[in-house]
Amino acid sequence: MKKDWPLWEVFVRSKNGLEHRHFGSLHAADAEMALENARDVYTRRNEGVSIWVVESKYITASNPADNGELFEPAKDKVYRHPTFYHLPDEVKHM
Amino acid sequence: MSDKEIKNLEAIFEARIDRDEKIEPKDWMPEKYRQTHIRQISQHAHSEIVGMLPEGNWITRAPSLRRKAALLAKVQDEAGHGLYLYSAAETLGISRNELYEQLHSGKAKYSSIFNYPTISWADIGAIGWLVDGAAIINQVALCTTSFGPYARAMVRICKEESFHQRQGYEIMLTLCKGTAEQKAMAQDALNRWWWPSLMMFGPRDEESPHTAQSMKWKLKRKTNDELRQQFVDQTIPQADILGITVPDPNLKWNEAKGQYDFGEIDWDEFWQVVKGHGPCNKERMEARVGAWEEGTWVRDAAMVYAEKQANKKVAQAS
Ligand SMILES: [Fe+2]
Ligand SMILES: [Fe+2]
Repeated sequence: MKKDWPLWEVFVRSKNGLEHRHFGSLHAADAEMALENARDVYTRRNEGVSIWVVESKYITASNPADNGELFEPAKDKVYRHPTFYHLPDEVKHM
Repeated sequence: MSDKEIKNLEAIFEARIDRDEKIEPKDWMPEKYRQTHIRQISQHAHSEIVGMLPEGNWITRAPSLRRKAALLAKVQDEAGHGLYLYSAAETLGISRNELYEQLHSGKAKYSSIFNYPTISWADIGAIGWLVDGAAIINQVALCTTSFGPYARAMVRICKEESFHQRQGYEIMLTLCKGTAEQKAMAQDALNRWWWPSLMMFGPRDEESPHTAQSMKWKLKRKTNDELRQQFVDQTIPQADILGITVPDPNLKWNEAKGQYDFGEIDWDEFWQVVKGHGPCNKERMEARVGAWEEGTWVRDAAMVYAEKQANKKVAQAS
């Protein structure tokens, strides 16, 4: 025995129409307790209308050391942006 | 990694901080940066948690339901602050249990201000006004610090602090507008909390060897003495409105400098309390260690229950 309460990540939707956003983390024995603690720790002032909790160990994160190969290639793909295309000023609504 | 590679990484790291880029937990960082942050963030977390004790002392004896609800909410906020900060520290690779262990063994420090007793209701007013007031000055500067999780925790904390200070000042204001006896209580609380509040900004600049490094990492934006001066300058006019005076015969407005001159802090007292010989150090640690030890069976039972429920779900599904 002598197991420590695992770590959970907390995501809160501040109001309907907005996405859930990462708010922080906390320790709890199970999901139900994680929700209850998240409510007390992160929403004491109407910060949310919905909470997600997920045990931290289930999150797979990219490694900052790989940022080059992951994100650099997008930088030279300027043709993905509307400003890449040259149209005459007379063309409206585009 | 070779020394040369580390030097190179360090140079890139320092340049990122100079550009005001945030450092996130998985980013490469110098070991000293990690250790300094674990120390400072956990010390800050411990202060929030131990800080609940002197005020908690008055929750059951608050003079009205309004005051009781406000004090309860404030103390609950401080618990929240401690929890935001513990999780920020944990992103640096230290566990919550190790952090508690450091507090309980005396290895980690917390703010010395919480080693003073709260002997009258006016102390609750003085703490909100002065102690939270001083904390706000320290914390606002940290909202733009370089380590992302710490900065984000500070932004949340700062949003919540202003109510703390206002509720304290309102208590002082009510006492100062009350009977002569009530006003004397307010004055007495100010007498006892003034100097410890000034001590919250830490040793004088020339006694504070880490300042340069902390400035570089944006763990500090102003020096201890600068922040202390700011606190004095903004607090004296507030005391004037209350009609009470700080216990400092050397306090004087300096027209040329546009700020207050004030007397010397009793640094012997400061170091005595830091070293564990303040009026309540022992009591505070006993309360924390006691809460942890007496809570063991609850934590264990919750874990066993969680496992039992999880197994039940598996059994039902199969
Ligand atoms: Fe706080
Ligand atoms: Fe506070």
